[in-house]
Amino acid sequence: MPILNIITYIPLAGALVILFFVNKVNTRAIRIIATMTAAIDFVVSLWLWPNFNPKATGDAMWQFQERYDWIPSLGVQYHFGIDGIALLLILLTTFMGVIAVVSSYSAIHQREKEYYALLLMLQTGMIGTFCSLDFFLFYVFWEVMLVPMYFIIGIWGGQRKLYAAIKFFLYTLAGSVLMLLSILALYFFNDGGIPFLNIAGLGNAATFDVLKYHEIGHLIPPTLQFWIFLGFFFGFAIKVPMFPFHTWLPDAHVEAPTAGSIILAAVLLKMGTYGFVRFALPILPDATKELIWPIVVLSLIGIIYGALVSLVQKDMKKLVAYSSVSHLGFVMIGMFALNPMGIKGSVLQMINHGISTGALFFLVGVVYERRHTRLISEYGGLAKQMPRYATMFLIAALSSMGLPALNGFIGEFTILLGVANRNITWAAFAAVGIVLGAAYLLWLYQRVFWGPLDNPANQTLKDMNARELGLMIPLVVLMIWIGVAPKPFFDAIDVPVDYIVRKVDRSYHDAKPLPVPEAPAAEHRQVAEVHD
Amino acid sequence: MTLSDTIYLLPELIVSAGAMLLLIAPVVWRRVGQRAAKWVMLGLLVVTAASIVYCSWAVANVTPSAMFGAMFTLDAFAIFFKLLFVLTIAMIVLLSDDYLAGTRYSSWEYYSLLAFALCGMMFMASGIHLATIYIGLELMSLSSYILAGYFKNEQKSTEAAMKYFVLGAVSSAILLYGISLIFGVTGSLNLITISKAMSTLVTNDALMFGIMLLGAGLCFKIAAVPFHVWTPDVYEGAPTPITAFLSTASKSAAFAIFLRIFYVALPQFHLDWQNVLGTIAALSMIVGNLAAITQDNVKRMLAYSSIGHAGYVLLGVLSASEMGIQGVLVYSVVYVFATLGIWATVLMMARHEYGGERVDDFEGLHRRAPLWAFAMVIFLLSLGGIPPTAGFIGKYFLFAAAVQAGFGWLAIVAVLMSAVSMFYYLRLVVAMYLRDGSDAEVVSAGSLKAVAFVCLVVTLLFGILPSPLIDQVKKSSGWVATRATMLANGR
Repeated sequence: MPILNIITYIPLAGALVILFFVNKVNTRAIRIIATMTAAIDFVVSLWLWPNFNPKATGDAMWQFQERYDWIPSLGVQYHFGIDGIALLLILLTTFMGVIAVVSSYSAIHQREKEYYALLLMLQTGMIGTFCSLDFFLFYVFWEVMLVPMYFIIGIWGGQRKLYAAIKFFLYTLAGSVLMLLSILALYFFNDGGIPFLNIAGLGNAATFDVLKYHEIGHLIPPTLQFWIFLGFFFGFAIKVPMFPFHTWLPDAHVEAPTAGSIILAAVLLKMGTYGFVRFALPILPDATKELIWPIVVLSLIGIIYGALVSLVQKDMKKLVAYSSVSHLGFVMIGMFALNPMGIKGSVLQMINHGISTGALFFLVGVVYERRHTRLISEYGGLAKQMPRYATMFLIAALSSMGLPALNGFIGEFTILLGVANRNITWAAFAAVGIVLGAAYLLWLYQRVFWGPLDNPANQTLKDMNARELGLMIPLVVLMIWIGVAPKPFFDAIDVPVDYIVRKVDRSYHDAKPLPVPEAPAAEHRQVAEVHD
Repeated sequence: MTLSDTIYLLPELIVSAGAMLLLIAPVVWRRVGQRAAKWVMLGLLVVTAASIVYCSWAVANVTPSAMFGAMFTLDAFAIFFKLLFVLTIAMIVLLSDDYLAGTRYSSWEYYSLLAFALCGMMFMASGIHLATIYIGLELMSLSSYILAGYFKNEQKSTEAAMKYFVLGAVSSAILLYGISLIFGVTGSLNLITISKAMSTLVTNDALMFGIMLLGAGLCFKIAAVPFHVWTPDVYEGAPTPITAFLSTASKSAAFAIFLRIFYVALPQFHLDWQNVLGTIAALSMIVGNLAAITQDNVKRMLAYSSIGHAGYVLLGVLSASEMGIQGVLVYSVVYVFATLGIWATVLMMARHEYGGERVDDFEGLHRRAPLWAFAMVIFLLSLGGIPPTAGFIGKYFLFAAAVQAGFGWLAIVAVLMSAVSMFYYLRLVVAMYLRDGSDAEVVSAGSLKAVAFVCLVVTLLFGILPSPLIDQVKKSSGWVATRATMLANGR
């Protein structure tokens, strides 16, 4: 059964039904169809979970594979297949898809037909990207995502929506075309080489098969690896976004409608980190190791800078947006620890960030719909007026800042373990980010929910209704589930992470089980200071 | 040459005869209306297309590599371009029909000139002798000078024609001078003889100068920087369907001879011309795309964008590889369909005094004409090279050819500039979808709808299932491509 294709194209089918068979004034029908589509897609994708074998290794690790010839003369195949990492991200996508659709009922009141159709098309693009095991196919899906998101920000966004939409589109496009060049360089290396640069090819049959490149990656000469890595880096780092390529993100988040922000934070940003973990690390091991330092430094800057900028934000949504820069810095640094612990934490943190930040964006949207402002100074004392809302917000904020027993803690802790194992200084700096994260979230909470309820406009606010609670509760359940019992999630990514570590660091598994950290004494002192 | 060889000239003969018929028809049959001209022209194009297909079938049995004293050939490459020309001209006829009906200029002469231009382009595609190529080029150019100034009572149109003619004549002279220098050194005008003569030559200043002048003349025709200055004014001033003609068919023809001359006659010196063309390509991409950003007039914007596109196609030409040729052919096809689709939309807007020349005129089009707006988005994405449109496949080939040939820096310029190009293409999308304009309903002509529909289907189809196009191109790159393969093996 072509299960991955079914999951990928259900949303597109729903979008086409909405576009061609529903009158645009019949908004009720449009919402029902969109919700049904997203829900069906989620339920179908759940089928993957029990049928996925997390223990399978080798070629069997890539499950539910589908392979058809697409452009035979170029060696392009329509090749789908997932491992545990992609599985979790696909489940996250279909899950957040439902949340995004349902959360739009009260937020979107104009051009609903186009809105829901675009939201569903976007979902097809995202799922397809995670499923693709062919570079050409991957690139197509990757670019396909841009257009619906551009329209979602541009049509239904806030004040500066045009600026934000175009900035989003151009930034990500510029990155992805450079990635295309890297893909081409890989392609020619595998095929005939690049005679002009005296780069001999392997003479294999032309192919875009990602698995093939996983095999031959280590054969690529380091200089070529470096250039290819650079192209991938621009493509993925802009999407993550890593400092200093993050400037499109606050604009896009602030201007996007709530559902757009949810999808953007929960899934689109993961495209970048997913790209690193799926392509850059296993295919370009030498370049990865060579570039650890610059990337780690950028990630650390991102962690601390994102947190500091969050501290001073006046706008709640912007605060959450900058907190994403900080959290994605964690994901990146965990990944570049290049040991199983770090990468596992990094992958789990991708999921966690999707859930927590998605929830925070949704919650910001809830008050925005009531008050049409997101300025923190407009609020205060909401805990009295909206107790349910305050509770939900607290859980989401705690999850985002990494309180034990909630999901964020598991991710950040595992990342820190992995990073500390590689270099204790990095872990020390990253830990500062966690402290700052607690600071900006708790301060936000304090300003919005505590204190006197003195703004008259807030005194008539209605608490969360059943639909909003119904959306939040599954998110909260997930936060607690991952926080208390993360084992099934770790189990799913165990094998693929091990596979990636073997690819990127061939010596890792030959060495002692846990290499002794080569931390000089000076660094120990620094850590001690932080702990004080 | 025997009389039976004439059959290979059948398409050209038919077009010439048809062109003359179109010219005298309104004189002989005085009562025939203006609208009939379109049907005569379309009929002529159908017959021509049929004769080309017939010739290709006849050639398949005899493989005449060179006919008429080695001045003319009918290989798969020529047939590919001839069919593309006929198809393009057919769509331009459909674009022109409605536009001409609103004016008091004669349709008959207009279509006759288009047919003459077509004849010239077909000779260009088939020429393997610099004289044939030059005469074909001049026939096409002279027809297009007149067509650019066809609205003789409008100042802009006349001005466009004047500029185009003067600069075009100078560039033809430069081209001719280059040809004469090459003839002086090699003693022949036949491309194959030239390449044989060159294999025994060491680098020769007169020859280099000749190649340079030849290249400059050709770059004028494809509007590459720094030979582009005529483009915006001519594109803006010319009647819109003629602008569509200049930006598609006329350019593809120039690229056909570009490939033919440089690959067949001058492969030995590819290391010399590659870097020069590389500079020109980079300049065209940068100048064209950056200048397009600031344009508020859609015709001027597309003129600058077409300069950028000439730069992309030059990547295919300069890479001197099979992939490069295939890239040029694929891109010619996808570019024609995307561009003509856009011109159809512009003409549809121009139809009811909405303007259609300014970006602002497109405001709110999604409400007035949702399907047109959707189609326009697809065409713009295709020009920007975003999958799943055909433009992506075209750009893929060109960028791949550049990377393969070791022109990584050019590929980087190219991809970044195609990101820049999305900026101004998105301006139209913004106007159509994100702004509210007038509510006046749009009534579009059937012929324009037909063109847009065909372009839309082709753009999406070749974007999602490009294999048929790629297979055809692989067959059609013919022995021009084998020259490139020889080159690759030689280096």
